[in-house]
Amino acid sequence: MRRSVIGGAKRSSLFLLNQAHRSLHHHLGSSPSSSATALLLLLRRLSSSSASSPPPPNMSNPVTVQSINPKVLQCEYAVRGEIVNLAQRLQEELKANPGSLPFDEILYCNIGNPQSLGQLPITFFREVLALCDHPTILDKAETQGLFSADSIERAWQILDQIPGRATGAYSHSQGIKGLRDTIAAGIEARDGFPANPNDIFLTDGASPAVHMMMQLLISSEKDGILCPIPQYPLYSASIALHGGSLIPYYLDEETGWGLEVSELKKQLEEARSKGISVRALVVINPGNPTGQVLAEENQRDIVEFCKKEGLVLLADEVYQENIYVPEKKFHSFKKVARSMGYGDNDLCLVSFQSVSKGYHGECGKRGGYMEITGFSPEVREQIYKVASVNLCSNISGQILASLVMSPPKVGDESYESYSAEKDGILESLARRAKTLEDAFNSLEGITCNKAEGAMYLFPRIRLPEKAIKAAEAAKTAPDLFYCRHLLNATGVVVVPGSGFGQVPGTWHFRCTILPQEDKIPAIVSRLTDFHKSFMDEYRD
Amino acid sequence: MAPKGLDYELLNENVKKVQYAVRGELYLRASELQKEGKKIIFTNVGNPHALGQKPLTFPRQVVALCQAPFLLDDPNVGLMFPADAIARAKHYLSLTSGGLGAYSDSRGIPGVRKEVADFLLRRDGYPSDPELIFLTDGASKGVMQILSTIIRGPSDGILVPVPQYPLYSAAISLFGGTLVPYYLEETANWGLDVNDLRNAVSQAKSKGITVKAMVIINPGNPTGQCLSEANLSEILRFCYQEGLVLLGDEVYQQNIYQDERPFISSKKVLMDMGPPYSKEVQLVSFHTVSKGYWGECGQRGGYFEMTNIPSKTVDEIYKVASISLSPNVPAQIFMGLMVNPLKPGDISYEQFIRESKGVLESLRRRARIMTDGFNSCRNVVCNFTEGAMYSFPQIRLPPKAIEAAKSAGKVADVFYCLKLLEATGISTVPGSGFGQKEGVFHLRTTILPAEEDMPAIMESFKKFNDEFMEQYEDHKGYSRM
Repeated sequence: MRRSVIGGAKRSSLFLLNQAHRSLHHHLGSSPSSSATALLLLLRRLSSSSASSPPPPNMSNPVTVQSINPKVLQCEYAVRGEIVNLAQRLQEELKANPGSLPFDEILYCNIGNPQSLGQLPITFFREVLALCDHPTILDKAETQGLFSADSIERAWQILDQIPGRATGAYSHSQGIKGLRDTIAAGIEARDGFPANPNDIFLTDGASPAVHMMMQLLISSEKDGILCPIPQYPLYSASIALHGGSLIPYYLDEETGWGLEVSELKKQLEEARSKGISVRALVVINPGNPTGQVLAEENQRDIVEFCKKEGLVLLADEVYQENIYVPEKKFHSFKKVARSMGYGDNDLCLVSFQSVSKGYHGECGKRGGYMEITGFSPEVREQIYKVASVNLCSNISGQILASLVMSPPKVGDESYESYSAEKDGILESLARRAKTLEDAFNSLEGITCNKAEGAMYLFPRIRLPEKAIKAAEAAKTAPDLFYCRHLLNATGVVVVPGSGFGQVPGTWHFRCTILPQEDKIPAIVSRLTDFHKSFMDEYRD
Repeated sequence: MAPKGLDYELLNENVKKVQYAVRGELYLRASELQKEGKKIIFTNVGNPHALGQKPLTFPRQVVALCQAPFLLDDPNVGLMFPADAIARAKHYLSLTSGGLGAYSDSRGIPGVRKEVADFLLRRDGYPSDPELIFLTDGASKGVMQILSTIIRGPSDGILVPVPQYPLYSAAISLFGGTLVPYYLEETANWGLDVNDLRNAVSQAKSKGITVKAMVIINPGNPTGQCLSEANLSEILRFCYQEGLVLLGDEVYQQNIYQDERPFISSKKVLMDMGPPYSKEVQLVSFHTVSKGYWGECGQRGGYFEMTNIPSKTVDEIYKVASISLSPNVPAQIFMGLMVNPLKPGDISYEQFIRESKGVLESLRRRARIMTDGFNSCRNVVCNFTEGAMYSFPQIRLPPKAIEAAKSAGKVADVFYCLKLLEATGISTVPGSGFGQKEGVFHLRTTILPAEEDMPAIMESFKKFNDEFMEQYEDHKGYSRM
């Protein structure tokens, strides 16, 4: 499944623009600095203004790339993009001809998908979910022998909150009320400030909730959303899909990916001077791909900024349980705002959480929620309405979200084993983060900021001029060029930095810290060997 | 105070235009009344398990085992789960890339998509390509994805049946397109006339709208009619001539309550027509685990199959799917189990057949009970529910009732349904939520309340209706619409 570039002469300026836009991403013959998001913005604006006169559709083929929604064409999502397609082909090659490649397995370090790389689920959570999926067995004597007592108890408790105990029925469109109560209580226990179950919308993962907010906020390309660069490309893709404008603010690599409010201000003012109505600020904390954990003071400045400028604060907090450094702690933006004395009248805040990350890593379940505070009943009605069109999120994911926000407590039968599993995973992640960080820093021309949190490392690679020229000749962006070579030599799949955004002229790639610990030494040595030979070949 | 980002005035206008009556005014009022302690019978949404239908045992056993794979290692697991469920759980786990907790391929687990393809071959007699089958978090998500790919702006029109399931109107509003209605003819058993389609398209054209796709819901929702092979050929020929992509919502294909018109898929008819149609007409077909006799609404499992869609377009659709990473894995397993069911000889086969038949036969009976029940009421006329899960009776409201509704500031059928709700606790969806001809009123209810409750429900409805008609009629008799 290749994402191909639209080639050949096209009839309308729309397609020339689309082609140029795509070449920006694929770096076809343009200079490296053309990855500037400012140029992207310009292209997006130009292409959407000519979208009013699309070419006439081919009468017998209405759904072709010429005639589909141009916003679909414009959006990009590198996490599962080109490099992954190449990896899949290599994987097939390995299967068909074992031993034909210099490695014997592909290691997918492109995506935060812990359980696909051997991480085990939390036993207690799975016990409860299995019992809720098949409640008939709760009446059987044998169940006591197979499941922990507290998982049985929790399953009963949850089932009692579901009308008719029917886990196969559509629920309330915001999610089952009893589960939202549990989540609200969990938020309160975490933050020390109350949460209202009616502010919670359970969704199929955090991503659909982000889409919902973008849909609400964006009416046209005149609506701008401030996003960190580098960012997790759900944001850029979603903004493109909804026809808005991404307003970048740069995180400072020199200061551990620091977020300066002065930078926010600068970008905001520049956007406004161009006639953009900036609606919201996205903050990912802990950061993805950058891994930094914001200091509380920093968060206060951000809250103040949003309040002053009337921006909705979109707080992506899906990595809240992934913190690897003792000097940093997770503080939710809700907690920070409330501790500043700011309530519903002061700030519009949407906080996103997911079951996919943390120590539970239940990506395939598609569970998550957004907690919305500070908006009027009329707006809440609209959000509810949009949620209702899809009826509800999957029930099993809803149950899991409530478990994540209200896990076993001290004294519960499963607490010790739960704790051991959780600590084991988090401590291992912290070790892997450090090992890989050190490994990257030991490579020539590579510097890598510490992963304070989340699941990724985002090393910066200073590519020699010779490599950059070779990339240009191959009509490939330099970072993709490096990543492809890396993949072909080692079987390790990483995502080029241009998929996340980076300061023009700098190159990065994102690598997860998720392969199992026993695989890490081999990865490190393969990476080291590869990099050495790459630099030997391309050193200036 | 400075305007804030989520002020109502600044919201995306397309969002404000969206209507979705299925969980709209009536449902909200019903929920309020329920909180006050009133007994409510929710017949507003096709949600079988909420009305007492039990899940099929076998799929629940399999998925429970997949959730908790440590069970498979326990020597006592055979005491609690039959061997075929255990084997099937192992089979599906082996198809995943790390169990239920790992993102799958963005199109869905390849092994499950292969099972869907095999099912389609068995059902239709034509091979299917798993690469063109995408699993989704419910069919609704798939519909939204396809519509958002097709609709560029307000000059793109989508032909939608009236009455329709309001996901279509809501999605078209959300994506800023234009809904081009084609009316189903109630007196002809909700049939459609190709001439109406042609007129609709040319009228749209004269308004500067390019119609790009046509939606059919077969069996129909809310109307329940099952399309014949001749109907489908006509429709496909029409799509060929007009260059429309056909969106075939076939989520109720298992719910058929008459024998004259069994389900036949759009794909089969298209392929049977042979070239040029079979090679040219673009078709997207939707299916789900939420309906049929499975009724697993809460799992959010569905798929769409693309036929004759250019590969570059498929790439774009894949790209958008990849942004949401993957559909939920447990539902993918439900889908696999649905399309690859038990066979005679399997340990759980008898039970599975018994449970499935039980549901379907009861639905058939309830379709009849409800249709007959409505037809016995004053000023109510109801087409038979040939398929799906709903009854859509026409309520011939007397002029005085319509006046009363107006004074109360309500649409006439909303007024009637609210009164019905308050009097009987029966929560329906007014026909205006689905679209209907001007001045003709309906309500949609489901045929899902338990069979033993049906007679009482129909009695309760009849009592309310006949009293309502008594109250609002002139003594000359009911007025004709």
